[in-house]
Amino acid sequence: MPSQLMGQGAAMAPTPVISTAQRRRLGAWLASAGWTLASIGSIVALWECAAWMGWADPLLMPAPHVFLGNWHEQLRFFDMANTIGSESAGGSWWAVLSVVLWTSMRVLVGLALGFALSLAVGVGIRYWRPFGKLTLPAVTMFAPISPVAWLPVAVFLFGIGDRPAIFMVFVSIFFVMVIATLAQIDAVPKSYLHVARIMGASKRQLYTSVILPAILPGLFVTLRINLFAAWMVVLIAEAAGVGSGLGQIVMMARNTFNASLVFFTMTLIGLSGFLFDQALGWVQRRMLWWLDGQKSAGRDA
Amino acid sequence: MSTTQPTPAAISCRGVSKVWNADGDQAFVALKDIDLEVQPGEFVVLLGPSGCGKSTLLYLLAGLEQATRGELLSGGRPISGTSPERGMIFQDAALFPWLDILGNVAYGLALQGMTRAEREARARALIARVGLAGFEHKRPSELSGGMRQRAAMARALALSPKVLMLDEPFAALDIQTRAKMQNYLLDLWRQSECNASMLLVTHSIEEAIGLADRIVVFTARPGRVKEIVPVDLPRPRNPRDPAFHALHDRLAELLADEVDRAFAEQEAAAR
Repeated sequence: MPSQLMGQGAAMAPTPVISTAQRRRLGAWLASAGWTLASIGSIVALWECAAWMGWADPLLMPAPHVFLGNWHEQLRFFDMANTIGSESAGGSWWAVLSVVLWTSMRVLVGLALGFALSLAVGVGIRYWRPFGKLTLPAVTMFAPISPVAWLPVAVFLFGIGDRPAIFMVFVSIFFVMVIATLAQIDAVPKSYLHVARIMGASKRQLYTSVILPAILPGLFVTLRINLFAAWMVVLIAEAAGVGSGLGQIVMMARNTFNASLVFFTMTLIGLSGFLFDQALGWVQRRMLWWLDGQKSAGRDA
Repeated sequence: MSTTQPTPAAISCRGVSKVWNADGDQAFVALKDIDLEVQPGEFVVLLGPSGCGKSTLLYLLAGLEQATRGELLSGGRPISGTSPERGMIFQDAALFPWLDILGNVAYGLALQGMTRAEREARARALIARVGLAGFEHKRPSELSGGMRQRAAMARALALSPKVLMLDEPFAALDIQTRAKMQNYLLDLWRQSECNASMLLVTHSIEEAIGLADRIVVFTARPGRVKEIVPVDLPRPRNPRDPAFHALHDRLAELLADEVDRAFAEQEAAAR
């Protein structure tokens, strides 16, 4: 019997096991991955070409095959310990991963805090009128201040370590997100609110059962846009105030005139930011399942 | 119509006016001195040119807006705010995209504090009644315009309203869907266990004659009741019936002056 079953399995093997829909999805995914590769590949090709022609100084602008090729030399600058200014204890891809994860953690915690608090404050401003009148002018005044200007404040308040970096990420998105929350609340279709009010929703129910689900999709888009800003800010914070993480390594590379390390780290930063964006997109699709349909409805119309 | 009836009118308006922006320098009179009574179980259509304030009247009756002057009563009691007794259906079905059809229809029942099992049973029954059985777990965006509007009807009927107001509910639908939806609405109205009154706003004369017991013709801005026309034709009404035609001509004549006036006014405002 077992041999019969195995024989059957072997006979089945050549027939395709994926459906046409799956195959179409796979094809679409492969096409999009192909374009991504082509996009990055053309930049690498241009750069390599420039280096080969002698237009790019190998000391200042080492070609990708140089700064990616000598990775074993760069690894020693990455340190597992997340401590300040060490350049001795590192030396493995695990160390690289740990540095990337420390930086990612700072971005993630800052983003999560910024999202939650800006949502709470934004909803609060519309919910309690006096609170809104008290808070809104201050928020509007703080919003245009560049995160870089907050850097000394972060160091004054939190000294050196993870907290000033987290604070920097937080402050770079908080005020913008409060204002985005207000705009989203004001854009909730009036008919949704009318329906809920007629059916007997209290003010609290209006906010929890209508306004909150209605504004979440827009806020998530804003969060994703601000994700890149958060990545830029965390590097500045790490370079200036934290003393560890990817930003610190870029700063050290600059100080030691190590161009290969600069570009190697920049590659890591670009890759991490890209993966972060993909992850957030995935969370968005899982949490806000109704958006998918809305988009296709929009296409039909 | 006599005012001393054994049961109070489902809706009565006495001398109702609405001025938008009454305190500002651009005051805008939407409604002027409206007197209107709607009996329980009666189907009344408000007909008039665009912008004549007929929708405003619905918003006042729903309790979403306050009248500037006059008295609004529902079942003999003054209207002071929104109430599930006075349901409303909007031109865009206004279904919540984050809930499926079942969740949307059960939404009002959840607000009323009904248990999950009870409200889902009731919602399923209503969904079946508007012909959407099998679509309980679809998202609103997966349904056609007509189906969405039927889901909105089920949602409104779930709370057994005494008065159901419809603000140009079929204006966004194509002609064929529109005719079907009008029949659906009439069926629901006749079957309604609570003897609900219907108050529908439209600017389509055919729709008005097809549905109404009485048609309230509005003047152009500011909205006033120009004439109340009873429709005594038996249902279902046939648009090819000569009596239907005669009524259509009469209403078209009543409306023509108002449409001309509204048009002239809009052009003057744009200049």
